[in-house]
Amino acid sequence: MQLGNLIWKELWQRPTSLLTSLAAVALGVTALVAIQSITVFSEEKIAGDMRSLGANVLVLPPGVTLQDYYSADMHGQTMPEEYVTQLALARMSGVENLAPKLCVAAEVDSISVTLTGILPRSEFEAKTAWQGMSFLSNPVGTDRGCCAKPVTDTSGESDPTSLATQRTVQDLGKDELILGADIAVQLGAAVGDELTLLGDTFHVLTVLPPTGTIDDGRLFAHLHSVQRLSNSGPVVNVIEIMACCEDAAGGLITDLSRELPNTRIITIAQVVEAQIAVNGLMSRLSWVFFGILLLVAGASIASVMYANVAERRREIGTLMALGATPGYVTKMFLGKATILGIAGGGLGFVAGTILAMVLGPQLVGVSVLPMPSLCGVGIATATLIAVAASYLPARRAAALDPCLCFNDG
Amino acid sequence: MFQLNNVTKAYECRGQTVNALNKTSLSIGDNEFIAVVGPSGSGKTTMLSLLGGMMAPTSGEVLFHGESLYDMSLVERTKLRLRSLGFVFQSFNLVSWLSAIENVQVPLSLAGESASAQQERASELLSRVGLSDRLNHLPSELSQGQQQRVALARTLANDPRIILADEPTGNLDPESREQVMNLLSEFHSEGRSVVMVTHDQFAAQHAHRSLSLVDGTIVDTPLATNAA
Repeated sequence: MQLGNLIWKELWQRPTSLLTSLAAVALGVTALVAIQSITVFSEEKIAGDMRSLGANVLVLPPGVTLQDYYSADMHGQTMPEEYVTQLALARMSGVENLAPKLCVAAEVDSISVTLTGILPRSEFEAKTAWQGMSFLSNPVGTDRGCCAKPVTDTSGESDPTSLATQRTVQDLGKDELILGADIAVQLGAAVGDELTLLGDTFHVLTVLPPTGTIDDGRLFAHLHSVQRLSNSGPVVNVIEIMACCEDAAGGLITDLSRELPNTRIITIAQVVEAQIAVNGLMSRLSWVFFGILLLVAGASIASVMYANVAERRREIGTLMALGATPGYVTKMFLGKATILGIAGGGLGFVAGTILAMVLGPQLVGVSVLPMPSLCGVGIATATLIAVAASYLPARRAAALDPCLCFNDG
Repeated sequence: MFQLNNVTKAYECRGQTVNALNKTSLSIGDNEFIAVVGPSGSGKTTMLSLLGGMMAPTSGEVLFHGESLYDMSLVERTKLRLRSLGFVFQSFNLVSWLSAIENVQVPLSLAGESASAQQERASELLSRVGLSDRLNHLPSELSQGQQQRVALARTLANDPRIILADEPTGNLDPESREQVMNLLSEFHSEGRSVVMVTHDQFAAQHAHRSLSLVDGTIVDTPLATNAA
């Protein structure tokens, strides 16, 4: 029999106090794990929603009314293309991607179409590199380290179909054309076909997968080809910006307005702000709950331990008479607290995870998976609290008079 | 072995000073069997606590093999108890939630013995006190005499040279009382010293020397007188 066996056997002698302490510790960890899990997965959902939405900030010519977020480039008004370079060079925190567009009306085989000019990333990367900004190796904005998790994954942009999800492509030739899913069906066009637009011949580079947006009915060509063919000069209708959701809700809009005062900046800030605020509040509240509940747990453990010391006075006195040092007695109580902390933390993690998995879909519509990192935090903190709460009772036990072992002690 | 020199132990109680031991001097040699008798409150348990290194005297000194017990640190005195002293209590003081064999293992565990050595030694000692068929019984499942025999086995666990017994027969029926005293006599005949505090004349008769504590003062009492 060793100290561990002694502690373990004693724990099961008083199951009521054991369960009370365990429940108190587990409750604190349950609250933390449940709320944090829901918050983290909710944030991931927002990031996913932002990805599916595409751009979350639009730079428009002044006076344009936003009727529909997806058709914000169909107003006919323009602004200088140099704004794009200006934004790229400003290297604002939170700007992940820029997608300037110019929309013009055109016809293909007597079918009216909307031709949208887009600027491949290779163009403004070359431009900024030429101006000494070394953007060739850094995606726009991300060199500032603003995003905990990038809103866009630009690794797949060499694939032209990335335009459907990431709003930009890496390369696009001056005579190449990208077709939306619906217009490709309407025109009966496929990859490699030739189409005549505004008097020029274009090759179909790819057909985009359906997106459920207005882009399904559009044709995309190089911005400079569209500018040349439409005689509109170096202008654009809109600059779409993919921004980190936190920044889109924060100071980015102010920075953009300062950089481009003669434009109108439109964002889904209200939506983002609300969701970020709720998540932030939940995250902070979970730590407050955790702290309060752990303090309650600590008080409960301290009370149970003091009662335990009082109940076991003669037993402790006898152990000391038999040769148990004060250090050994202290270890008996702190060992017990450690077991309570680990078990309570572990139980709390399991209960919190199950609670989050049940409540997550119902409360905020997110699926929640177990987060092992919270298991470590929960167990470590619970153990720390349990040991700290047991320290004074353990000291009291170690300071007991061994003469208590005698009959009149 | 033990030497008490002018030992006084005073307690403060409701503003009054009570001397449990008053300038007492005493010498206890090797392999003695001493019965300490006296009325309740005469300081018998105080003397046992002083000898056990558990209660410092108010004045005077307690020597163990020539070394002052209370000049040692608390941990040193605890280790001395573990190695050299064995205790027997009136209420047995077994840990209620440990089996007989586990109770005997406690001092062995404190001494850092391996689990297998603890098992072996504890079984051997319980067999010696006639409880080989009660190894895994809890104290509540044993008679009082059996519980005291478990406590005696526990006392011998680390093979102490001195046994300090506090009313070892106080809670026992005549048959168990005899068994316990026979065992203590056996331990004494193996070369151990036994210092026993008792009210029990039958128990005191087993001792080879009798001490009376009256008003905090120890006096040697002739055995014949004591037994009478």
